[in-house]
Amino acid sequence: MADNPQRPGHRPRPLSPHLMHYRPTPTMISSITHRITGVGLGLGMAVLAWWLFAAARGPEPFALFLSLAITPLGQVILFGFAWALSYHLLAGIRHLVWDLGYGFDPRSANRWSLVIFTLSFLAPAGLFVLAYTGNGGYYL
Amino acid sequence: MSLETPLHRVEGLGSSHSGVSHFWRERVSGAALIPLGIWFAVSILGLAGGHYVSVLTFFSRPLNGILMAAFVVISLYHLVLGLQMVIDDYVHSPGGKVVLMLAARAFALACGALSLYALLEIARVF
Ligand code: HEM
Repeated sequence: MADNPQRPGHRPRPLSPHLMHYRPTPTMISSITHRITGVGLGLGMAVLAWWLFAAARGPEPFALFLSLAITPLGQVILFGFAWALSYHLLAGIRHLVWDLGYGFDPRSANRWSLVIFTLSFLAPAGLFVLAYTGNGGYYL
Repeated sequence: MSLETPLHRVEGLGSSHSGVSHFWRERVSGAALIPLGIWFAVSILGLAGGHYVSVLTFFSRPLNGILMAAFVVISLYHLVLGLQMVIDDYVHSPGGKVVLMLAARAFALACGALSLYALLEIARVF
């Protein structure tokens, strides 16, 4: 029994840090989201390559891409990429600020995490509103 | 007092001789992607609605073609470095690490080849 760090009737002893034993904080969620959006954007590079390649191949491959992109599922996926880019870009800026040595105290890190989450949804929502209200397409 | 030799300190490579440069490449490519990412979003919104000929016209302008190529290449470079951190963190068998890193590079190479071929073809034909 003497080896058990959690003896009954005693104050629980600290255990080594582990993901499952921490109450999630905004900064933790923000960190894993940066990773997930980074990998997701990687998959997005394949969609970008497909779009460019279709444009180079001719009108039919391009029309096929567009016909898939405008389906509801296609729009959800494109919104996902727009969100991932916004999130990863904003959180990436914050990473670079951290690397300069600023913003490390937990209170401000948590507060900025929430700001980044909020902005990361507002930015792509703004882009989609502009596109759907006919304010996009200015290069057409 | 430091036991580090002056040469080792100016080299700035730390104890493993390679991790610091990986760190810097990831940061510098990330910093380059801030303006390029904003340019990319503005461009895609400008092409939303996507008429075929407008997309070709847009990318056949040298500046747009070059910025798009830069966005693709730097993103893929940054992606491979980033995936290496992810693989190092979660994959513990040496064989698995090698296979996944090769897969990540093959993926980046394929995306890059397709995208750059497409941009060159658009510039050539249009
Ligand atoms: C748009 C501007 C971008 C900025 C400012 C940025 C910045 C960063 C930074 C600073 C890191 C290091 C984070 C860390 O050490 O934990 C990082 C990681 C990463 N980035 Fe980016 N990035 C950008 C775009 C992209 C794009 C377009 C992709 C995909 C093609 C991408 C994929 C990744 C991946 C996979 C990681 C590794 C994630 C991790 O280790 O948790 N990033 N990014």
